[in-house]
Amino acid sequence: MRAINADPAMNRIWGAAAEDKTQKQRQGGGDSGDSDSEGGGQSKIAAKGEELKEDMDNLIDQIDDVLEENAEEFVKNYVQRGGE
Amino acid sequence: MPLPSVMGTEIEYGITVQGDPDFDPISSCVLLVNAYQEVDVAKILWDYDQESPLADARGFQVEGEKYTPNQQENIARNKTLMNGSPFYVDHAHPEYSTPEVTNVRDVIAYERAGERTMEAARRAATLLLPPGQTLLIHKNNSDRKGNSYGNHENFLIARRTPFKDIVTHLTPFLVTRQIFCGSGKVGSENRATPCDYQISQRADFFETEVALDTMVKRPIINTRDEPHADREKYRRLHVIVGDSNQCEVSTYLRVGVTAIVLALIEDGAIDRDMSLVDPVRRIREISQDLTCKRTYALDRGARRTAVQVQQEYLEMALAYFSSRAVDPVTKDVLTRWESVLARLAEDPMQLDREVDWVVKQRLIRGFMERKRVDWQHPQVSMLDLQYHDVRPDKGLYHLIERRGEVDRIVTPEEVERALKVPPDDTRAYFRGECIRRYPESIFGVNWDSISFEAGDEPVKRILMNEPLKGTRRHVEQLLDDCETAAELVEALTA
Repeated sequence: MRAINADPAMNRIWGAAAEDKTQKQRQGGGDSGDSDSEGGGQSKIAAKGEELKEDMDNLIDQIDDVLEENAEEFVKNYVQRGGE
Repeated sequence: MPLPSVMGTEIEYGITVQGDPDFDPISSCVLLVNAYQEVDVAKILWDYDQESPLADARGFQVEGEKYTPNQQENIARNKTLMNGSPFYVDHAHPEYSTPEVTNVRDVIAYERAGERTMEAARRAATLLLPPGQTLLIHKNNSDRKGNSYGNHENFLIARRTPFKDIVTHLTPFLVTRQIFCGSGKVGSENRATPCDYQISQRADFFETEVALDTMVKRPIINTRDEPHADREKYRRLHVIVGDSNQCEVSTYLRVGVTAIVLALIEDGAIDRDMSLVDPVRRIREISQDLTCKRTYALDRGARRTAVQVQQEYLEMALAYFSSRAVDPVTKDVLTRWESVLARLAEDPMQLDREVDWVVKQRLIRGFMERKRVDWQHPQVSMLDLQYHDVRPDKGLYHLIERRGEVDRIVTPEEVERALKVPPDDTRAYFRGECIRRYPESIFGVNWDSISFEAGDEPVKRILMNEPLKGTRRHVEQLLDDCETAAELVEALTA
């Protein structure tokens, strides 16, 4: 295994860079600084409600086709370790 | 003036293997990450020398051991992709970071590219498993058994901004923003008050106001001080309190509005004290108020709903930008924020095309009504989980999106592009292009460095401590002129 060069090379773009970022002084450092509303008109509410229900029925049918079987088992076995 | 914005997100995904009674998350993660083949990125390691996860923004160094794997283990766990994104194993989760970008549209494009990367890796890894086993990946934040994993947002801010100002002015914003970016969860955990459904996946896990921890006793404001850039000039604010979103509008507001509020804080444009009494308790209570109508006491005496707290921040932002040039993305985020808050105040269910917790709630309520089941039914828990499944054919969010029932922010073409190329306007361009052009000659990378091995020469590490250098405009010609990494190193260091 090769060690990374202890002295990082000077480079044209980022300039001289210090290995120990916590200690080295840095020079320079000028700080460089829909609103579409829901639903149709009042008179259309009933029709809209019917349409929404149909959409939902259709969506649930599609979910039935893809929902994992043995939900109880699946959910019970879904255990993760805490992360971050 | 605040800094020009540089931002990005890191997302830990849930992982499981269906049909494997001896499922081991760590080896499954390693399998997943290595199953994703993108040319020769396989042998590049992650350069841990450049990391300082134990530095605290309040000015001290915390004692503890920094994780540094051996070289083989390092290469097996870390991949850096040609679009500039790290894709890696973090403890027991697969994780994808977006590259550094300058605006929230790009955050969304690269996050969605990350979902696609997870799915491609998942398919490839499943082929390597014994018959009958399927590797599954979920873009969620909890297993509903008390274990949580994160979605972290990163914002580059000026070192001179007092950290105390960030704590004071950002905390009330973060505690209340879940109303437009919670991903929704059935039930509660971690000893929180029992409930049927709540707004946030993560709210149950925040136990303190300010701290360095991310894995236990999680804080609303995380103090990790690891800028991955010039430490004298910059701080990288590490926001750990958010949920991973499926809805693009939720991500748009979560990251976009947070960047706006940070700009206000940096410029001293927060003109009032928004502090909530007992924010740790409030974050859980707000998560359980599906009407968004409850009011909470502020330190200054008034009472406000979560929507009203957000509206006060909005008011300050509109005043701030009224006298300044504003870029089109920021302008659009402000407009969307205002519109979403107005509808949340009226009836949150109006956000059923935009906000995850509402989209999911509508779905579950529709299902319960049709099947005549209640919140405790296993199929309801299954819906809650499968909403986050990354598979396009099985993931319920993806199903809803395909039906055209959610609003999009980015186009499919922008996601395609984000999968293949780095952003043009940050150092991620240099990183990604070097990986594409000289994969055989790269020894290791980190956010702020890239190391080349050229012939028998010692490995040369090029530090990139300024995130807005190394852009396409800046280095494309140079890269075009250098056929080999040796020539590049020579040209850079001459």
